[in-house]
Amino acid sequence: MAALDDFRKDTRAWLDENCPASMRTPMTEGETVSGGSKHRSPNPDSYVWLDRMAEKGWTVPAWPKEYGGGGLHTDEFVVLLEEMARIQARSPLEGMGVTMIGPTLLEYGSEEQKQRHLTKIVNGEIRWCQGYSEPGAGSDLAGLATKAEDKGDHFLVNGSKIWTSGAQFADWIFCLVRTEPQAPKHEGISFVLFSMDSPGISIKPIKLISGASPFCETFFDDVKAPKEDLVHKVNQGWTVAKRLLQHERSGLRALASAGASRTAATQTTTSLADVAKETIGMVDNHLANPVLRDSIIQYRMNANAFSLTQRRTVEESEAGSTPGAATSIFKFYGADLRKEQLELQLKARGTQSFGWEGDGFTAEELNLTRTWLASRAGSIAGGTNEVQLNILAKRVLGLPD
Amino acid sequence: MPLVLNEEQNMLKDAAKDFCGKSTPITELRKLRDDKDETGFSRDIWQQMVELGWAGITIPEDFGGLGFGYLGMGVVMEECGRTLTASPLMSTAVLGSSAILSGASDEQKAELLPALAGGELLTALALEETPHHSPYNISTTAEKSGDGYKLNGSKKFVLDGHVADQLVVVARSSGTAGDRDGLSLFLVAADSDGISTTRTIMADSRNAANIELSNVQAPATALLGAEGKGADVLDKVLDVGRIVLSAEMLGGLQEAFERTLEYLKVREQFGVPIGSFQALKHRAAEMFCEIELSKSVVLEALSALDEDSDEVPKLASLAKARLTDTYNLVSSEAIQMHGGIGMTDEHEIGFFMKRARVCEHSFGNAAYHRNRYGELEGY
Repeated sequence: MAALDDFRKDTRAWLDENCPASMRTPMTEGETVSGGSKHRSPNPDSYVWLDRMAEKGWTVPAWPKEYGGGGLHTDEFVVLLEEMARIQARSPLEGMGVTMIGPTLLEYGSEEQKQRHLTKIVNGEIRWCQGYSEPGAGSDLAGLATKAEDKGDHFLVNGSKIWTSGAQFADWIFCLVRTEPQAPKHEGISFVLFSMDSPGISIKPIKLISGASPFCETFFDDVKAPKEDLVHKVNQGWTVAKRLLQHERSGLRALASAGASRTAATQTTTSLADVAKETIGMVDNHLANPVLRDSIIQYRMNANAFSLTQRRTVEESEAGSTPGAATSIFKFYGADLRKEQLELQLKARGTQSFGWEGDGFTAEELNLTRTWLASRAGSIAGGTNEVQLNILAKRVLGLPD
Repeated sequence: MPLVLNEEQNMLKDAAKDFCGKSTPITELRKLRDDKDETGFSRDIWQQMVELGWAGITIPEDFGGLGFGYLGMGVVMEECGRTLTASPLMSTAVLGSSAILSGASDEQKAELLPALAGGELLTALALEETPHHSPYNISTTAEKSGDGYKLNGSKKFVLDGHVADQLVVVARSSGTAGDRDGLSLFLVAADSDGISTTRTIMADSRNAANIELSNVQAPATALLGAEGKGADVLDKVLDVGRIVLSAEMLGGLQEAFERTLEYLKVREQFGVPIGSFQALKHRAAEMFCEIELSKSVVLEALSALDEDSDEVPKLASLAKARLTDTYNLVSSEAIQMHGGIGMTDEHEIGFFMKRARVCEHSFGNAAYHRNRYGELEGY
């Protein structure tokens, strides 16, 4: 424990010295750094913070040092997260490089691929996007049809992907392609990487019900994907694809988000009660609408139980056991909670929560309208809640197919 | 507050699991029920629990207890919950002990705590007067009479009231029903003149009684805590009861869930295990989520008791409301997913639903605790 106490002391001192003041404020959407050069934070401090953290390997604290990571053990990682939360430090680097393709390459990439790609992820040099879903392959992901023909030193890729988050800002894509059309559907898929600047790629943003366009359609017309960036073996990409999805929802990811969501949950839900007091009013120290009051209390209690469960998994990790089965519920339950919170905001605010633009609404109200609509993605993207329940039933509960 | 068990607590849990599995499987509860056993639990098993130290888990070592705290009591009750074990642990080792620990004078403690830890004394909390939990809604009166008090009133659903040696009676020494002020707690012998006890046979085969108090004389030394300030003690005792009962419920609902999951894997219809049907899979997975959240709130609430945290009231309501909803959900689904066999008395799965519903109404149902949680949050 003494070594861990020293680590905490050093970490606290280092953060105090190196985290710029503006990086200790709540993240604003435009200032999130996900790597690459196509979307830049307007705040120069974002990059001061990124460079300092990257130099220590703390953009990816648990990765091995030889690939630019921090080499921290889980207990040290937790200390770092706690110390960052203490000063409300922002995450220096987000995006699919650090959360998804990086951990997957660590496991399945060749040594040459690791050397070539991982450092650029750690430094935030390259932004990645995910070529998984297709118009005909959503929940049935393995039904994907994007074709990749073997042309000797490269694959020739034709087809299209959909729901490609941030494709317009990405430098590289990790992409599932069909390399063996005759094989059973899970056995003809390969996992390839290629540059988004390759000739033959076109991108069309998709406008959502919220009015925003976080996702794109991505079209491939005779795109050359060099074979040096085939990950794992040809026709065995499904194994890699599933592993990547586990990283997306995995224990360490859950750990990293636990601190952040704890603060976020407290902030948003406190404001929910405050909003209701203001808009509904109080009678005898109770919210004046007993039905809405009961719903708000129920939500608050569920949110409290959920954040306690996140904390429990952190403590289980600290105690040395692998993150328990509870981590597998986070995506499912978290998405529903967030939707519920926003629906209650609408109920509390009434017609003031449906402003689309222009006069008559505060900026917060206008923002809420869009946030509410965008929140529906939480239980659809990255595997619908129904798919999450299938996975839970099969992997955790052991129920038969 | 810690959300993982330490080594000592894990060992206690393993020992409790072993004991309950061997000595008090559900067949024992069935036997007590079918034999119309007058005590409603086995004195022999209770003696063995006492020898294991369970009667004194929360009692400090100075008074002859184990000093293992509420996390310790929680893991034991969780295992008792799995096997639906009938015992005076809740009435005596939880409610009785905490009433004396938080309300009694030093002299009373020195006399009573070693007796409780040694299993020589059974207690019962005589609180409720209506079919709904309403701790301040007390009409039972405590009038000054000579040097002491005279108690009059009717009590319902007194857990283990039919076998208790001593009753903790909640009575009103001033004010009117509904007031928090004016309540006083008295520790009176159950065989005092003027006390008549009617055992009530409940659907969950666990033990309770209705008690009539008619001009019962209680000396001034029978007071637990200050006259008129009984609610200060009672609130604490009830939160302890709510949290430890939640731990018992956590055990019961996990057992019901695991048995149901096993049934889904082996029961075949249409030539396949019924657990392969998505309509059942999703419901099972949703229950799993609720159970994981339930584990967290119970651990946090037990830890809060051990640390005497200000959060205890809120966490007690969080735990009792969540565990009520989850035990009801899981025990109902357990019967539904077992189908016809789940409806039979021969199968054990129905015992869990009966227990879940009685637990629901012990120390406040989910609506009661949601309301209380909201009030504690200031709205």
